[in-house]
Amino acid sequence: MGFFLEVLLGGLMAGVLYSLVALGFVLIFKASGVFNFAQGAMVLFAALTLVRLMEWMPWPLAFAVATAIMVLLAIAIERLVLRPLVNQDGVILFMATIGLSFFLEGFGQALWGSDVYALDVGMPKDPLIVLENVFEGGVLVNEGDVVTALVAGALVVSLALFFHRTRLGRSLRAVADDHQAAQSVGIPLNRMWVIVWSISGLVALVAGVVWGTKLGVQFSLVLVALKSLPVVILGGFTSIPGAIVGGLIIGAGEKLSEVYLGPYIGGGIENWFAYVLALAFLLVRPQGLFGERIIERV
Amino acid sequence: MLYREAGQFKTSYAADMAVFPIRQDRWLVAILVAVAYVGLPLIASGYLFRAILIPFLILALAAIGLNLLVGYCGQISLGTGGFMAVGAYAAYNLALRLPDLNLLLVFVLAGVAAMLVGMVFGVPSLRIKGFYLAVATLAAQFFLDWLFLRVKWFTNDTPSGSVTAPELAVFGCVIDTDVERYLFCLAVVTLFAVIAKNLVRGRIGRSWMAIRDMDVAAEIIGIRPLRAKLSAFAVSSFYVGVAGALWAFVHLGSWEPLAFDVNRSFQLLFMVIVGGLGSILGSFLGAAFITILPLVLNQIPGALGIPLSTAAIAHLELMVFGALIVLFLIWEPHGLARLWAIGKEKLRLWPFPH
Repeated sequence: MGFFLEVLLGGLMAGVLYSLVALGFVLIFKASGVFNFAQGAMVLFAALTLVRLMEWMPWPLAFAVATAIMVLLAIAIERLVLRPLVNQDGVILFMATIGLSFFLEGFGQALWGSDVYALDVGMPKDPLIVLENVFEGGVLVNEGDVVTALVAGALVVSLALFFHRTRLGRSLRAVADDHQAAQSVGIPLNRMWVIVWSISGLVALVAGVVWGTKLGVQFSLVLVALKSLPVVILGGFTSIPGAIVGGLIIGAGEKLSEVYLGPYIGGGIENWFAYVLALAFLLVRPQGLFGERIIERV
Repeated sequence: MLYREAGQFKTSYAADMAVFPIRQDRWLVAILVAVAYVGLPLIASGYLFRAILIPFLILALAAIGLNLLVGYCGQISLGTGGFMAVGAYAAYNLALRLPDLNLLLVFVLAGVAAMLVGMVFGVPSLRIKGFYLAVATLAAQFFLDWLFLRVKWFTNDTPSGSVTAPELAVFGCVIDTDVERYLFCLAVVTLFAVIAKNLVRGRIGRSWMAIRDMDVAAEIIGIRPLRAKLSAFAVSSFYVGVAGALWAFVHLGSWEPLAFDVNRSFQLLFMVIVGGLGSILGSFLGAAFITILPLVLNQIPGALGIPLSTAAIAHLELMVFGALIVLFLIWEPHGLARLWAIGKEKLRLWPFPH
């Protein structure tokens, strides 16, 4: 029982990290209807920027500068990619973000180098043993994971409030609903895009920090984003809480299946289990857990 | 002037609907085919065959397959690499376990295997579409990657996971030299390109395009989404599977699962975008572009006298690829094929534009 809990907890913690990346996807989709495939590349880019800046300055300052760079990046993306493609089909925009993702991967590594960098922002790493009196040997928890979970939770709550309670958040949702209609009631499309890409740049930075602390800052961060895609489709593209719940389900399911199912059908099923889980789920509920039902008419 | 069609009258519907209704186009294609079948084998070097022509042909075949699905039927797929792998490993296992089987039959059956797998992963397309489907096809990619890496039966228990193709022999003729390999690929690709071109002109192709343009409306006018989407997945995966078998047997010779990872899927998607969505010609143009681009990028810094490390070139390549995708989508969403069509229009009016 103790072991099961330990695996489950580890999975849930990993799930929180997935949802951090997934949040970036959801934010941009919610506010502009663009499925941003480049989110993983943005995580890598943000983390690389931060880790190289930290060689020059203390980390809070580096974090601020990296945030500024992500805002600049958002402005550049809006100017060079989104503005010329305004009112295009969603699929075209999706493919444009695939291109963007390749560009950012190359650009980030050309600019900041492609070695593996250790990232240390003073996150606690000590293992913690809890519930020692309930189970034999207790349950092993990583202190850093707890901090991450708290950060992610705070981020989600504030973003959800921002989208549903503020005027700006409402305008962003209006843009997602219908570009042309939003424009016609006087919502400045371009500024909205810059804002939302900046926010998701910030989310990418946070995700980059927590994943970078765990794995080291390197190319494989992009692959983490690929792991977050099933989280997004499980939770529903338009739902911030969905990203979190989806992340928890995927994280826990992945670890549990690896431990309990892995020995029977071969190890390494972590790589596809999340996808197949999400796929099976989509067949039952095509809009995801919390997604809005899509009604189509001719 | 070059495209003066004055005097070319059509007296039947069939003549009007021909693949190449204009005489000049027919000549051009005839010349191109002659060059490809006769000219190139006479003059090209072994390097040209191995590094450019054979990969180009096989990737063009896969790109045609993907284009049938993405360009004609509007179902985005990121699992192409996985379906290529199915073709490759199916061909390997067939050749290994049934040594008497004709090689051509092996390729066809490999395509059929990929087709069946493709249809299984195409089933979700009936309920989900767009980005959801793109992610769902990624599931196919990752699952198949894992399958061929972990299940030892597929690789005949080789410890390293890499397998070697048997000797290529069709009806007793051994395909060994570069020229023979090239001609074999060329014959296969020509055949499949002709079939694809005629498929998309016919009833099936038109139902795919109706689904692509607006699936709800298509359903109302009596096109069955189930049949149209699954047939698109089936034909597309068949093409991709054959391309995978060719890639493994003819181009690589020996390979490991990494040869068909997710990057291959992206590469093929780029070919389709750059070449032109919904265009058979575009698949060839895109494949040529994406095959030659890395070679050019490798040469340019050296030719300009700028020493660059291989890592820097790899990064530069990623950046150029990414930028090109975005630029193509902005400037010419219909890709190189559209540019070619515009060029033809201009030639038709030249030198009097009005």
